[in-house]
Amino acid sequence: MADVVVEQGRLVRSTRPRKAAGLRNVLGRKSTVALFLTLPLILLIALLVLYPAFYSLYLATLNKAMTKFVGLGNFTFLFKRETFWMVVKQSCIFAITAVVFKALIGFIVAHFVHNIPGKKQRKWRGMLLVPWVIPPAMSTLAWLWLFDPSYSAFNYTLSFFGVGPIPWLGDTFWARFSVILVNVWYGAPFFLIMYLAALKSVPDQLYEAAAIDGANWWQKMWYVTLPMMRNIIAITTLFSLIVTFANFDIVRILTSGGPLDRTQLFATWAFQVGIQSSDIPLGACVSLFMVPILAVAAVFILRDVNKRGNEA
Amino acid sequence: MSTLAIDKAGPTRKLGSMSRDRTWALRWSYFFLVLFAIFFLTPPVYMLITSLKSSAEISAATNPWWVFHPTLSNYVELLTSNQFLRFFWNSSIISIVVVIVTMLISIPAAFALARMKFWGSATLATGVFLTYLIPDSLLFIPLFKMLAVIQEFTGITLLNRWYVLVFIYPTLTVPFCTWIMIGYFASIPKELDEAAIIDGASWLQTLLRIFIPVALPGLIAATIFAFTVSWAQFLYPLVFTTSVDQLVLPVGITTTLIKGDVFNWGQIMTGALLGAAPPLVIYAFLMDYYIAGLTAGATKG
Repeated sequence: MADVVVEQGRLVRSTRPRKAAGLRNVLGRKSTVALFLTLPLILLIALLVLYPAFYSLYLATLNKAMTKFVGLGNFTFLFKRETFWMVVKQSCIFAITAVVFKALIGFIVAHFVHNIPGKKQRKWRGMLLVPWVIPPAMSTLAWLWLFDPSYSAFNYTLSFFGVGPIPWLGDTFWARFSVILVNVWYGAPFFLIMYLAALKSVPDQLYEAAAIDGANWWQKMWYVTLPMMRNIIAITTLFSLIVTFANFDIVRILTSGGPLDRTQLFATWAFQVGIQSSDIPLGACVSLFMVPILAVAAVFILRDVNKRGNEA
Repeated sequence: MSTLAIDKAGPTRKLGSMSRDRTWALRWSYFFLVLFAIFFLTPPVYMLITSLKSSAEISAATNPWWVFHPTLSNYVELLTSNQFLRFFWNSSIISIVVVIVTMLISIPAAFALARMKFWGSATLATGVFLTYLIPDSLLFIPLFKMLAVIQEFTGITLLNRWYVLVFIYPTLTVPFCTWIMIGYFASIPKELDEAAIIDGASWLQTLLRIFIPVALPGLIAATIFAFTVSWAQFLYPLVFTTSVDQLVLPVGITTTLIKGDVFNWGQIMTGALLGAAPPLVIYAFLMDYYIAGLTAGATKG
């Protein structure tokens, strides 16, 4: 957009030189005002986001006492550690499984909510969005209490069905299951609300036209609903992928990475290594490994958001 | 199951059977909605149930889903404990200041980015959006070290002080708020501000007299977002503050109420519920703005 304006300015300047001076003045004044208005934003991003990001790169090349430059020493050290590869694997399992289930549950529930008559929709939507509103640290405490080894309300309920006590947070499989479950519980309402907004934006005429052409439910879904929602689904999924991949609160409170680091994610492991064991360079190094996947997701989101902007 | 039921509502049936199928589809929808509502509401309801129990009743391991001797002692204890009130106070003051700072930064910036096409404005808008995608877990270590270095150089205590969070939180709130405000400002018809400029209004007057009143719903959505994000933030306060009197609510509850192996679950659940209350109250009253803010991020390009 900026380029267009600049080019227009040039065009005007070359053809009508007398008016150009006045126009340039206005432009000049406007850009001064604009700079003044955006300066706090630029400073904030530069000092507290960009600078730390590059500082993190620098920190990652130091030794533990931060006195000596070790180059890629921290990275090669990580590559040799088994825990690191476990964290990579777990982060991927966690993020992918959680996002898939969030997307599925959100999609299904959005259809159910969309099905019911308008007035009641508001009430249901309000109820179903509650998990997203509660601060995750607070709701995870409730889950921790539901999973409690000796007083677990889940195990109490399951015992009536003859299902033995499940070690929710004590066993590798169940601990991973539990952190994913809590994340799905927390994130599914977000998908629900996004999909519901997308569903409402599909024009009724399209369904009517499909019905006249004799399309069944699946065909309507496949040829009308999904193509119309494709962009929102892509943006929501990618966004959720970033947030889930970088998740900290849930794992930290629920398991602290245990048992035996079996639920550790990049964020929680970076916290443990960098802050709790005060090996800041290694912690910075661990968190930097999130960058590639975040960058890829960000690029795709940006593409989709811009596409939407152009459509509108 | 449900798909089958909905499938029957196909277009080729006779009118009578169609409406009957619709009724069945509706019933199935309600059935599954109830199931999902149970799944979604179990933890908050369980919080409430536990918060009404005494420690004796919890350790007696009676039916966990029912309160036999409801008591408000947990609430009384927490609301009279200076420590807990301190957490609440810290959280409140930080969130309110962060909301103000966020608005002061993002409204002028969004105005400039939406209306004044200047050199690099498109790049900056994209940059703002990308900043929004940078998670807190990527920056907490360099920020921690940065604060330590600044503290060493200037002698100003930054680590383990709640006020430092006021400077850090805007990195999480400003990008998104700016982004949705750009969307709202851009949707205001150009004729409106052109008319104001012709009438001799300055840029500042245009912003204050026209843009802010017209984009008020967006402003409310952005405010709610900024507040809930700062209220719920857990990682930064966990890293930057340690003394009990400097903690915010989420960190305070998880670190002080959980003492070693002794879990006072009645109080923890009460604390968690009280901590969840402000966002829930805001949500209950301003649900439409809340949802508008939530969906605006991805739908406004």
